[in-house]
Formats: sequence, structure tokens, C-alpha cells
Amino acid sequence: MIRWFKVVVFVACLVPLGMLGWRALHSDLGANPLEVITHTTGDWTLRCLVFTLAVTPLRQITKLYWLIKFRRMLGLYAFFYGSLHFTTYLWFDKFFDWNEIVKDIGKRPFITVGFGALVIMVPLALTSTAGMIRWLGKKWQMLHRLVYASAIAGVIHYYWLVKADVRKPLFYGVLVGVLLLYRCVSWGVRRLPAFQGRTLRPVKSPAESEVL
Amino acid sequence: MLIKSKDSMFIPSSEITPKSVYVNRRQFLKGSAALGGLALAGGVLTELAFPPLAEAGTKIDGVTKSPLSTTGEAQTPLKDISSYNNYYEFSTDKYEPAKLAQNFKTRPWKVTIDGQVKKKLTLDSDEILKLGPPEERVYRHRCVEGWSMVMPWIGFPLSVLINKAEPLPKAKYVEFTTLLDPGQMPGQRIGVLDWPYTEGLRMDEAMHPLALLCFGLYGEVLPNQNGAPLRVILPWKYGFKSAKGIVRVSFTEHEPPTAWNKAAPNEYGFYSNVNPTVDHPRWSQAKERRIGEFLKRPTLMFNGYGDQVASLYAGMDLKKNF
Repeated sequence: MIRWFKVVVFVACLVPLGMLGWRALHSDLGANPLEVITHTTGDWTLRCLVFTLAVTPLRQITKLYWLIKFRRMLGLYAFFYGSLHFTTYLWFDKFFDWNEIVKDIGKRPFITVGFGALVIMVPLALTSTAGMIRWLGKKWQMLHRLVYASAIAGVIHYYWLVKADVRKPLFYGVLVGVLLLYRCVSWGVRRLPAFQGRTLRPVKSPAESEVL
Repeated sequence: MLIKSKDSMFIPSSEITPKSVYVNRRQFLKGSAALGGLALAGGVLTELAFPPLAEAGTKIDGVTKSPLSTTGEAQTPLKDISSYNNYYEFSTDKYEPAKLAQNFKTRPWKVTIDGQVKKKLTLDSDEILKLGPPEERVYRHRCVEGWSMVMPWIGFPLSVLINKAEPLPKAKYVEFTTLLDPGQMPGQRIGVLDWPYTEGLRMDEAMHPLALLCFGLYGEVLPNQNGAPLRVILPWKYGFKSAKGIVRVSFTEHEPPTAWNKAAPNEYGFYSNVNPTVDHPRWSQAKERRIGEFLKRPTLMFNGYGDQVASLYAGMDLKKNF
């Protein structure tokens, strides 16, 4: 049953890319196609990050603990769209002029922070496998908290690149903020005296249950 | 007219007015009056909805080709020019103004000319259109964001309107104000810019032969989303200086505040001349994407109009006066 859902979610996450491809084939990307591709891939990177961060709060609120099985896929899709977004910039904006690219990343804060957001996702993607989760043990959880930094950097990247209309970046900022706030609150609640001494002993760690 | 032939004496029976009609002449006349009234009302309403000569897409007659047109550049297709618009009064999404401006009313349209002038004037846009013969000016258009197009605008020199205004010696600057109408312009309901949109020029810039008062594109009336019914075109400056939907032209003693400069003074200067050596604080201005092209091309100083306009800025530090 869950496997079936996973296939559905996998395909659903490819739809934005499919739509871009379809529109490109039909010359339906408007007057500035490369701008549309850059913006769409960027938007979906942020959205996938938000979905990924929403899994744990949703699990805890709805008690649908099997939702954890989708977290890795969503996180990897965030990395996927982020990579497409960055490739579009490298290829169609800078045409692989590495000199210019390095200058841009150094000189333009919004690019620095965007590049940072993507770079953070690299070790997370590399350690997303079952083998890596087992090998890293407790350290895996600590490493993967970096996803918060990636999400925040992504929002700042968006906020710093818009000319004047900050509504969309602020919207993502609020979403990421709420999801982080939830975690802070639940962390704090777990430390309240009323909750001490209670062992919520899971059979396997949340991370492990993703892959098993 | 005298009856010329015998044939015209013959009236077919079908032409005889039926008795019922001429007997009921009064009703008939009343009916006709009512019908005529309806037709008149309908005509007036139709005229309001589809005013003659003002509708976007109406051909402009008598257009001459100006020697000041830019040559050697492929013109951007009308489809792209009219579907990709930075017109925040409607939307900050570049593809939305084309849809949202469809029912925008461009007639009647009044333009106030005031400030340091001999006499304050209020002209109808149609009156303004008659001030000079329409010319076609093919110009490059460079947006501050880093994309560009080439458009065949229709208009006449801005200096023609300025001369009509008879500015006083104290007038050192011209200020343009765009329509304020949140009812028709949904973007104005959001404070993304300080509405109404204002722009300005130094008098010598405004009087320059390249400065165009524009009301057409590709031989037809300007599409609503491109700034109908009246706008200015300043091809050597970033596109946001070319204010759209102008309702007021004011002559001032001091440099007028401009919308983008108010929004971000360190990013958008009063002059905003196209300059590949002066970057926007957040992105480079050295290159641009010509809409329709894949590779980026180097941006030209003054958008390639340096020969004609560089003298306006002789001796000025263009990094300071960006």
C-alpha cells in the first residue's frame, strides 16, 4: 500500500519538470523561457524543502507515522530541483564561464547564499542511503539538521533577488518559520518536567524506518 | 431629380405601401423612434466600449519612418513585446498585465500640463496626438533586470509636447505621473511601489531628439499592457524610466522624486543611463539577454546611443550619478 503511495508521490514530484519540458516542446514558455525555467526550478526546490520539513510535524499531529517513508524522497527531490536550478544558471546564464561564475558567487550575496543552500544539500543527499544511516548512527541525525540551514538560506536567496515584490519570498519564509517553530516548541515541551521519565521507545529510529 | 425614362413611371405593386403601415403611421413612427433611441443608446454604449481609433490594434495612418531609427537589429515580435511586460500597476508577474489590462479604459484620457509653465493646460489625449505627425522609431529597449528588446514605436518627439507647454525659465526638470486607479489597476492595491508612479528627466534630456512621446507600436495603437494611450520612450536609459499611462506632465525647478529611486535609492538612480560598467548592487549590468536569443550579448554604453546622448553627461561622474 505504502509502496503504491511512494510511486504516486515519486511521479507527482516529476510533474513540474514534465510540465516545463512539455511547454518547452510546444514553445509555450513565453518571451523569456530561461527565466521561467530558472524560476520554476527554484520554486520547486523551496517547495520540496517545505514538504520535507513538514513530514515530521504532520506525523506527530496526525499520528500517521508511516509518513516518514516519504521524507527521504522529498528531500532528494529538493536536491534534484536545486541541482537543475543551479545547472540552468551555470549553463544558460553563465555558459560555463567559470571565471565569471566564481566572481558572481563571491560578489553577489544572493548568489552566495543560494549556492550555500545547495552545497549544504550535497552531504545530505550523499548520506541519504540506508547504509549511510546505519553507519553514521546518531551522527546522521545531527548532520541532517543542516536541512534547516538550507531552507533558511533558500528563503534568503529568494528575498534578496526580487526587485520589490517580497510577498512570495516572505510566504516561504513564514512556512519555513512555522515548521521550525513547531520543532522548537516540541523540543521544549519534551523537556518539561511533566514529560520527563516517559520513554517513547521507538522500535527503530525515524531515519531507519524510512528505508526499511 | 427629373424623371428620365418611361420605365421609371412604372411602379411595381410590391412597392405600394401596405395600408396597415400607413394607417398605423403614428405607431410606426413611435416604434421607429424607440428603435432609433435604442440604436443610439446601443451605439453610444458600443462607442464607449469600443471607441474608434483608440482601440489597441487600430492602424495609425500617415506614419513616416524616422531617420533616427536604429538599424541593423532584428525587431522583437509583437507577440513577445505585448506578453512580457513590467507594469507593476497591473501585476508584478510579467505575463499578467497582458490579461489584466484587456479592459483598461484608454478613452477618454486627460493629460494635465502644469508646474513651471505659462498656463496650466488639460489636454485630451486625442488633442495631443494631433500635435505632430506620427513617426516610426525603431529603438533598443533595455530593462534594468538584464533583458532587452527592439521595438518599432510610433510617436513624435517629446520636445513637441514640451514646446506646446511653454515652460518658464525656472523649469529645469520634467516630471511624468502615471494614472492612479486601483479599481482598474490591481497592482496598485499593493504597496510594492509608492503609487502613482512618477518619473523625471532633466530638461535637456527631455528635449533631446531621441526622447519620444509614444502612442503606437508596429504601426498600430499601443497595446494597453505597453502603456497605452500615452507613454514616453527614452532608449538610452533603463526601461523603467520610460513611464507608461501618463496623466500629468509637470515642469519643476528641482529634481523630482521617482518611483524606483524612492523604493531603493542605492539601486535605481535618477539618471539610470544604460551603463555596462556600473553594476546594479545585486547583479551585473555587463551583459543582457535579447528576448528571442539564446546567448547573452554585451550591453552597450547608453544602450548604443552614446553618439547622440553622451554629450548630455559630459564631465559627470556616471558612477555617482547612476
